Amino acid sequence: MSTQSNSTIVSGDPTISRDQLSVRARAEEEVRAQRKERFALLLRRPSFLIGVLISGFWLACALFGSAIAPQDPAAQDLMAKLQNPTAKHWFGTDNLGRDVLSRVIVGTRVILFVAFGATVIAAIFGTIIGLVAGYFKGMVDEILMRVADVFMSMPTIVFALLITASIKSDSMLVVLFIIAVVFTPIIARTVRASVLGEAELEYVAAARLRTENTQHILFKELLPNILPSLLVEFTVRLGYAIFAIATLSFLGAGAGPDSSDWGTQVANHYAFMNGLNWSATVFPALAIALLAIGVNLIQDGLAEAFER
Amino acid sequence: MKRFLLRRFLLAILTLFLLTGLVFFATHALPGNVAQKILGPFADKDAVKLLNHQLGTDRPIPRQYVNWLGDTLSGDLGQSLNYDVPVTEKLRPALGYSARLAMLAFFAVLPISLLGGVIAALRKNKVIDKVITVGGLSAAVIPEFVWAVFLILIFGVKLKWLPVSANAPEGSSVVEQYRHLILPAACLVLVLFGYIARITRAGVIEGMDADYTRTALLKGLPRRTVVGKHVLRNALMPTIAVTATQIGYLLGGLVAVERIFNYPGFGQLLLTSVRQRDFPLLQASVLITGVLFVVTTFFADLLYTVLNPRIRQSVIK
Repeated sequence: MSTQSNSTIVSGDPTISRDQLSVRARAEEEVRAQRKERFALLLRRPSFLIGVLISGFWLACALFGSAIAPQDPAAQDLMAKLQNPTAKHWFGTDNLGRDVLSRVIVGTRVILFVAFGATVIAAIFGTIIGLVAGYFKGMVDEILMRVADVFMSMPTIVFALLITASIKSDSMLVVLFIIAVVFTPIIARTVRASVLGEAELEYVAAARLRTENTQHILFKELLPNILPSLLVEFTVRLGYAIFAIATLSFLGAGAGPDSSDWGTQVANHYAFMNGLNWSATVFPALAIALLAIGVNLIQDGLAEAFER
Repeated sequence: MKRFLLRRFLLAILTLFLLTGLVFFATHALPGNVAQKILGPFADKDAVKLLNHQLGTDRPIPRQYVNWLGDTLSGDLGQSLNYDVPVTEKLRPALGYSARLAMLAFFAVLPISLLGGVIAALRKNKVIDKVITVGGLSAAVIPEFVWAVFLILIFGVKLKWLPVSANAPEGSSVVEQYRHLILPAACLVLVLFGYIARITRAGVIEGMDADYTRTALLKGLPRRTVVGKHVLRNALMPTIAVTATQIGYLLGGLVAVERIFNYPGFGQLLLTSVRQRDFPLLQASVLITGVLFVVTTFFADLLYTVLNPRIRQSVIK
């Protein structure tokens, strides 16, 4: 019976294909309308908008950091070191008398660049691997799952520390690369799970019957349909990346000791809090917290809108 | 059921095996002269060669891996390069310290998250629910060391309620020792709370919607009894299982917490081994992390499967 219906569809009968086209167009329109509705829903969520606002603020700082910074972030004034907020230095000064406000603004670029870079790379490779594994199953799938198991069998921080110690290098680019490597199988796993659900659906079977090639099915049929869950996963990973990068740079892996990176600033100054010189520690710490919360609010909103 | 458990068990073993490979080959990514490192840069060439031969570090890498794996499995984790003592001698006390801190965090977070989750579920979509869920998850994305900064400043430096170091002075009472651990444990609790509370909340909401709950309520049992006896019991199980899966996470969180509170635990030791490139110590630390992670995850899954009749059924089928 199934062979019979197959032959009708692939026969290229003009009336059927026109019908199919209109059905497809209607379905696509429906999906588009649904997406519009979901976006409208998102924009009505105050927590999502706050998240966008916070993240947008940091993005602006990362892009135009040195232009926004009120003072030279590297200018030292040893006579005025470790001050709490004053009229001249709103966020106080650090242990070399540098302006903390300027350093916090300029430091945004480091963490955002590494977090974003790592997550984008992991998302690209993770999506390709996940699509292939979920669609073909079998051996590729099995290998992917085992690799993911290994990477998930220890905290990202510990893995990153192991690698930085081993290759005797711990620049921010190395950290970026390590996080991308750790996140790739994890994202691939999420994509795979979505594909497993989608591949059973009729549009995939229909595409196969139209004798579309695999590339088309993977990237033109499956990918658009798993995009929402991919987007949510991306923001989840971005949050984890920020968490991990901040922690690693606090632990001394990643940025050099003189960097304006936030975690490094905290590491350099937390010992001074006891003497009540808190501002050089607290403001970079607040920056990390604010960025993490901003990304999390966006993620929470996207998950709510797309995964129900 | 048995087949499912066996499969999970074998997968856990496989993961551990692959992990040993990862750890070993990662630490041998760069060729290094171990004997030279031990004896110093001015050591006699023949002595270096001899020691390398005695240590087995002049053999091919795969061969070294097999030897190392054999030693590790028989409990010999090697000699620390920097402390010149067996690795286990350094690890044991550090693990003890960390276990104490982790346990405190663990036993604190369970009741707090349960309470938070139940309150959020019973006030679903009300303000308090939003505060607990959104607040809890926002707290969870802030790194532990950032929480430490805030807590140290507020409770340690400004209010002077709690000590800012995790180390109690020599000879202080048990109560005093634990008082020093409150702030470090709080950092871990803050990161764990949101996640666990959300699981409890989901469990309670599901339980409140269940038929047996409606039956109990219609039978005339007071709401308090129904929530406490019927709903909570069902929500407890996933909560405990999820909390168990977080033990592995705790090991990562400990590194930063122990550093900022200067606590002589496992995380601090791991960090030291990274700084000093003390590879035997580093290998052992990372491996222990992985073993604990895999074992706790396995038992958490087991617990979840065995305790939950629905999953048990579906697995049998």
